[in-house]
Formats: sequence, structure tokens, C-alpha cells
Amino acid sequence: MDLPALAECLISPSCIVTQTTSGLIIGLLLFMVAAGVSLIFGVLKVVNFAHGSFYMLGAYFAYTAYQVTGSYTAAVLAGGIGVAIFGLLFERLLIARVYGSPVLMQILVCYGVILILDDVVKLVWGADFLSFGMPETFQALPFLFAGGVIPVFYLFLIIVTLIIAALLGLLITRTRYGKIVRAAAVNPTMVSALGINTGVVYASVFVLGGLLAGLAGGLAAPVRSLTAGMGLSVVIESFIVTVIGGMGSVAGALVGSLLIGLVRSFGSIGFPLFTEGLMFLMMVIVLVLKPSGLFGKEGR
Amino acid sequence: MGGRSSLARDCLIAIVAFLVLAALPYFFPSRGFSDFIVRLAAFGIFATSLNILVGYSGMESFGHGLYFGLGCYTFALIMQRFGVPIPVAFLLTIAVSVVVALAVGAICVNLSEIYFAFLTLAFQMLLHSLIIAWTPITGGDTGLTGGIPRPAFLGIRLDDYYHLYLFSAGLLVVCLLAMHHIVQSPFGYTLRMIRDNASRAPFLGVSVFRLRLMSYVIAGAFGAVGGIIMSLFVSGAFPDFAYWTISGEAIFMIMLGGITVFLGPIVGTAIFLLLNDVVTKLTHHYGIFLGAVILLFALGFRKGVLDFIADRWRDRRQSALTAESRTGTGSAGQEAKSAAAGE
Repeated sequence: MDLPALAECLISPSCIVTQTTSGLIIGLLLFMVAAGVSLIFGVLKVVNFAHGSFYMLGAYFAYTAYQVTGSYTAAVLAGGIGVAIFGLLFERLLIARVYGSPVLMQILVCYGVILILDDVVKLVWGADFLSFGMPETFQALPFLFAGGVIPVFYLFLIIVTLIIAALLGLLITRTRYGKIVRAAAVNPTMVSALGINTGVVYASVFVLGGLLAGLAGGLAAPVRSLTAGMGLSVVIESFIVTVIGGMGSVAGALVGSLLIGLVRSFGSIGFPLFTEGLMFLMMVIVLVLKPSGLFGKEGR
Repeated sequence: MGGRSSLARDCLIAIVAFLVLAALPYFFPSRGFSDFIVRLAAFGIFATSLNILVGYSGMESFGHGLYFGLGCYTFALIMQRFGVPIPVAFLLTIAVSVVVALAVGAICVNLSEIYFAFLTLAFQMLLHSLIIAWTPITGGDTGLTGGIPRPAFLGIRLDDYYHLYLFSAGLLVVCLLAMHHIVQSPFGYTLRMIRDNASRAPFLGVSVFRLRLMSYVIAGAFGAVGGIIMSLFVSGAFPDFAYWTISGEAIFMIMLGGITVFLGPIVGTAIFLLLNDVVTKLTHHYGIFLGAVILLFALGFRKGVLDFIADRWRDRRQSALTAESRTGTGSAGQEAKSAAAGE
């Protein structure tokens, strides 16, 4: 524990700026994965333990697309679209067969898929850490704000992820599709009785979740090292986020993710060995005080 | 169900099983075979303890590896640092895992099944990250190396391989006996009632929370015994033993062998270990192969080996009985049918 360092950081504006920026990045990228986990659970009542692998695949797809085209935009889109397609296949071929099965069966399917994907990634891209490298566009001088350094790429990430979060919020709350998804979460039988193909809705939620996780993987690639198994910590953090924010709530996922991001970035200064522990502590506190999560509606 | 005579019968079976296990190395002298039995003991106790939760209490834990890793590290650390006799370290390890299980269980056991599954997983990953981070104590990534001292106790010298083998086989038999006794006790039947209808149990004066917590603590304590055997077997402790894959493997083991029959997890463990050995010998792409087998099982068979056998046996007995009841002995048929449906 290094409380003096944390106190020193908290009275220095430059340190606050730097840590807040990195906390926002961690949180917003995490949000894109957690929102998918939360949506899929909200609508399908399935916990997609393989969602971290979606994120990993997004990063690797983006890596290859970047190698081929040299365009970072193409790389991110390749990550997003590639994983969206993968999400569709995953839902149709595997998960659709275990709807209504015991949770353990669903976990087993996800476990099998994670094992296979981690190995496939090692086979295709090698077992070593891969580094994406910073795209040239972003190799500009960093901004200075109140003495704190903000790399251009970080600013870009924050803006893009905020736009995506806003679009997602609009999609869920303001469109006809969003209405159907929310209705399917509450009463799928009624939705299908109204002539809406719930199978398509289910698949589309997986596509949406895959798209978000893939985009997150692609966006994060320049600031993370790529390795098989990189998805696991992300998926666990996503679960912590959904517990804190409340299952099925996009707003909750955003708040939870930002909390986790800030706890991670400031925690790494004050409690370098116990950063992970801090997240769990937060989760436990929320669970004890408000078991349905900050934005959750019903009990469990 | 229960009763003194069935306990006596179980003890007899246990003694015979132990004698058979003790004699096996004379017939199969290869080191590979006895290694297999020691691993079977470690993982078999661990998997059966998970099945107390999954099969008997309806609590689908995805983080049971917490106790395997905890048992492994606690035991190895106590032996390395304090030089106490093995039975003392053994009991201390159990005590530590009981305390941890009480704390984690108090937070988790009343959650709905999905929350329970991934919160238990989250706690396991917390242990894993602590192990990785606290290098001075746990050895971090490389694990606890340097071996663990094995002072002799009660004439048992665990530095002798055959003694270690007997010790593991003995623990396997004793733990199975104890766990069987627990699930066949009135306590075990109350757990089944909660599994089948948790909202009805309180009307009968049963505290669901307390029973679930007890079940969780018992499972955790036995899970730690699996970890202890493992740490003796590998002479140390490694972060992999606390990694989430251990929990995934344990789930696969119990599903493979069958969760409705007491010995299912042991059968599943044996199949899994054999599969493991064959696959690692044949290919480097362990994950792809194992993952494919898991998918095949989860999407295709969906039931464990002993589940299948038990179901067929039950069907056969039931059809025999219905035939019998048609010919006049109706009440006996009814009774057997409800007994068959009850388990």
C-alpha cells in the first residue's frame, strides 16, 4: 500500500489529469464489452462467458487488417464486423442449442469455445505478445492540460467510445428496434405472439454484442499488447461492471465501467498490489447495499 | 437412506476399495499408473466436493477452483514457513478454507444461479491475482518452488513415494466415505429439497441461507483436501491451480461422469485425466481438441456416463414394475415408482 503516493497524486492537478484520462480509457473500452454482456443477459438470460474472447478476436482481426491495409479505420471496422459475424455464428450454431439448459451447460459451451479460440489464436498469430504499434495519424505531440499529458490517441479513443455509447443509448431507448429488444427482455412470448420473430431478435443482440466487443478490441489494440487469453480479465471485469451497474441496464454498464476504470487507474498508484482487490471490494459493497445493482430494477 | 447398517456397508466398501488401491501398484508397477491414482485422488475429491454443490444443492459454482488453489497454497506455505507436522498443517489448511468459504459463501449463496456462478468465479480470480501479485509470499508467476518438507508422522513417511500413494488413496477413500455419508444424511436430503424447491423449504422451518452456506463450506473444505494432495504430489504450488480453468475442468469432469450419481464425478475425473494424458501426448493443440470434446459433449450427449446408466437401470426397473403392477401387485409398483422418481 502506498497511500502517500496516492495523496501526492490527488493534490497534483497534472497527476489527476493523467490518471483520469487513463481511467476513462479503461472504463470506456470496458463499457463496450460490458454493455454487450449486459444486453445479452438482459434479453437472452444467458451469460456469455466467451465475450472476452470476442474482444480478443476483435483485436487480432484488427491487427491483421492493419497489417494488410495500413489503415487504422479499416482495422477497427474489420474487428467490429468480423466479430459481429462471429457472434452470429456463435449464437446460431452453439448458444441457440442451450437456451433454457442449466447454467452449467451454457458455461460448459462457453468454456469449450474459449479453449478453442485461445488455441486458434496461438496457432494463427503465434503464442508471443503482439504489438500493434501506434498509427501514424496519432503520432502527434500530446496535449497538455493543467500540466497533465494527454496523448492524441487517448483523446480520440475517449471521443469515439463516447459517440458509440451515445449511439447505443439512442438505439436502445429511441428506436423501434430498441423497443423490441426491451420488450423481448421482459416477455419474449408476448413479443413473438405479436408477430415478431424472436429468434432474429436474439441473434441480432449477439451480433450487436459482437460488434461492440470487436470494435472495442480494435480500438484498444494500439494501447494493449495482444495475447491469447487477453479476454479473460476483460470478461471478469465486465461481470463486475454488470453487478455494480445492474444486469441489462446500459446506463448502469456505463457508470459501472467508469467507476472500475477510475478505481483501476488511481488504485494502481495507491494500492499497486491490490488494484484487482479494490474492484472486488466495490462489487461486494454494492452487492451488500443494493443487491440489484446501482441501476437494476428487480431483485434477484 | 442413512441408517447405521448403510454406514457399516459403506465402511466395508471403503476398506475393500482401499485394500484394492493399496495392492494395485504390485500389479501395475509403472510410475505413470500410480501417478494417475494420486491425481485421481486430488481431482476426484475436488470434483466430488463440487458435486455436493451442483448435484445435491443446486448451486452451480463456476469458481470452485478457489478452494483447490487455496488448499494447495495454504498447505505448501504452512509447511515451508512454519515446519509444523503434516497433520497440523492439514487441519490449519482446512480451517483457513472454512473461514474463506464462510466469507465468500455469506456473500454469494443467496444469489440467483447466474450471479452465483460468476461471483464465485470472480472470487477465484481474486485469489489468482493475489497469488500473482504477492510475489514475496507466493512466488508470483513461478509459483512456490523449492519443495515442501515432509516430516514423518504416525509412521507415514510422505517422502517415500509408495507412502504418498497410500496416503492419497486413503484420503480419497475417507473423503468419499465422508461425503457420501453427508449427502445421505437428513442434512443431505434437506439440501435436495432446497435444490428442488427453494421457496417451499422455509415453510418447513428450513433456513435456506444456513443450509446453503453449510453446503458451500463443506464443499470448500473437501475441495481444499484435493489441493493439499496436489501440493504434496507436485511438491509446491503453482498459480495454474488457482486459475479459472481448474473450475472449468471440474465442471466438465462432473458433467462427464454424471451429477445424479454419487460416484459420477470420480468416473468423470478418471475419463478426463485419461483424455488429458492421451491428448497431451498426441498434440500440442490441447485447447482445440479438449474444447471440441467439450462442445460435442455439451451439445450432443448432455448427460454423464453414470447418468445414462442410472437412467436406463431406472427405466428398466420401472417397466418391469409396471408390468408387475398390471398383474396385481399395484401398491408395490407405485411405491417403487415414487422411490425411483425421488432420487
